[in-house]
Amino acid sequence: MDDLSREVIIDRYQNPHHRGRLDPNDIAYEDDNPLCGDHILIELRVDKNEVVTEATFDGHGCSISQASADMLIESVIGKPLEELKNIKKEDVLEMLGIELGPVRLKCALLSLKVLKAGVYGIEPGQASDELV
Amino acid sequence: MTPRNFREDFPILKREVHPSVPLVYLDSAATSQKPETVLAAMDEYYRRNNANIHRGVHVLAEEATRAYEDAREKIARFINAEKSREIIYTRNTTEAINLVAYSWGRAFLKKGDLVVLTEMEHHSNLVPWYILAEQTGIELAHVAVTGDGLLDPDDYASKLARFPKVVAFTHMSNVLGTINPVAEMAAAARKAGAITLVDGAQAVPHMPVDVQALGVDFYAFSGHKMCGPTGIGILYGREELLKAMPPFLGGGDMIKRVELGRFVANELPYKFEAGTPAIAEAIGLGAAVDYLSVIGMDVIHEHEKALIHYAIDRLEEVPGVKVFGPSADKKGGVAAFTFDGVHPHDVAEILDRRGIAVRAGHHCAMPLHQKFDIPATARASFYLYNEKAEIDLLIEGLYEVKKTFHS
Repeated sequence: MDDLSREVIIDRYQNPHHRGRLDPNDIAYEDDNPLCGDHILIELRVDKNEVVTEATFDGHGCSISQASADMLIESVIGKPLEELKNIKKEDVLEMLGIELGPVRLKCALLSLKVLKAGVYGIEPGQASDELV
Repeated sequence: MTPRNFREDFPILKREVHPSVPLVYLDSAATSQKPETVLAAMDEYYRRNNANIHRGVHVLAEEATRAYEDAREKIARFINAEKSREIIYTRNTTEAINLVAYSWGRAFLKKGDLVVLTEMEHHSNLVPWYILAEQTGIELAHVAVTGDGLLDPDDYASKLARFPKVVAFTHMSNVLGTINPVAEMAAAARKAGAITLVDGAQAVPHMPVDVQALGVDFYAFSGHKMCGPTGIGILYGREELLKAMPPFLGGGDMIKRVELGRFVANELPYKFEAGTPAIAEAIGLGAAVDYLSVIGMDVIHEHEKALIHYAIDRLEEVPGVKVFGPSADKKGGVAAFTFDGVHPHDVAEILDRRGIAVRAGHHCAMPLHQKFDIPATARASFYLYNEKAEIDLLIEGLYEVKKTFHS
């Protein structure tokens, strides 16, 4: 793992910019990574044009799961919901800036899975890895 | 014999996991490494004896059958079963417990009957009973775990006072390391009229186990945690109980006779071994039992006791580390811990860069982690091939975790 990126990830993990709750909200979705117990809840508010005005995440887990959620949330504020459907796993990995093995990939992509499941209006508990 | 000698028996311990970084394997509670003799036994089987067992009259079939059944005899002696037909080959501990829950449970439990489990069980000794409860309406109760990681004896007594039909519990917790007083608990269960099933996955590899002295009805364990291969496990059951049970899986080998529309089940132990079994794996497990028997389970247990005492002392030196479970004298070679402000997954990753293999997660015991209000732990676990120097490396690694996270 690149040491500089790791510093950024640990900083984001310890001092997240977007951790919190939004009540009321327009979109809320949560899911777990059963392998390691990571949990992510994402909440969004949108305006009448379906553009994200506010966004937060909450949850617990390893530095990669929490830092990726924080970075992802930062990237969606001000964007139309339709555009969020196009975010790819490569975009998240680029934000993190590190190489990941298959197990840590699940940690890194949990927040994207939760975000997309919320935007697509997937039933609670039914989010699938195909979303990412 | 010193631990050094044991290490030489395990080819994998000679490898490097990163350039110039040797393997420090502290994950034997998940699966153990395999000695050369086990690898050789399985290799020999495939190179010289490979054939399907039973019913064959050619030389290879006879050799394969003999090796497969010899392994059963060895395993029976290893845990002091009275008869080798009380040893049922399964895939693993999980399948052995499922066999009892499905076969015995469906035949002899009805709506409202009580099954007592504990809060420290692995999912494999919870979910089969939960499935049965959904299907039959049996009641479930869980014996409480105390803050220091022991089963609460008063709570156990109060559960037994409700006259359960089954009491199922682990011999040794795969997270807390707690070694439960099996003989005492089984005697109390019998007095209350219950049959007992013990999950021995973490016990049989690490200490002498005598199923008759323990006085248990069913005892389940896995080959791969005791120097044997994956894909083979054992259900020990008292003959009287196994005889009364209906078959579990249907198919070849488990029948005496089949006509269109009906079958007659085979005798023990074959009644519970449908289809071509894991022949090489059974033979490999037989070789593992030979290997462990030559060393002596009491020697292995003493070695691990020394390691866990040392490990707990050293872990508790590290600021921010909290070890779960009872004091070292009440546990086997398992140390699950948390690190203040650092997720166990991150702990495990930093250790991995130093070649140290530990496990991070809920270790298939989510209810136990919920009880202690933690999402996950990191777990170091030991076996006969581990040594104190490896624990020193673990501690050095944990100081690096501390530095990395500025905690």
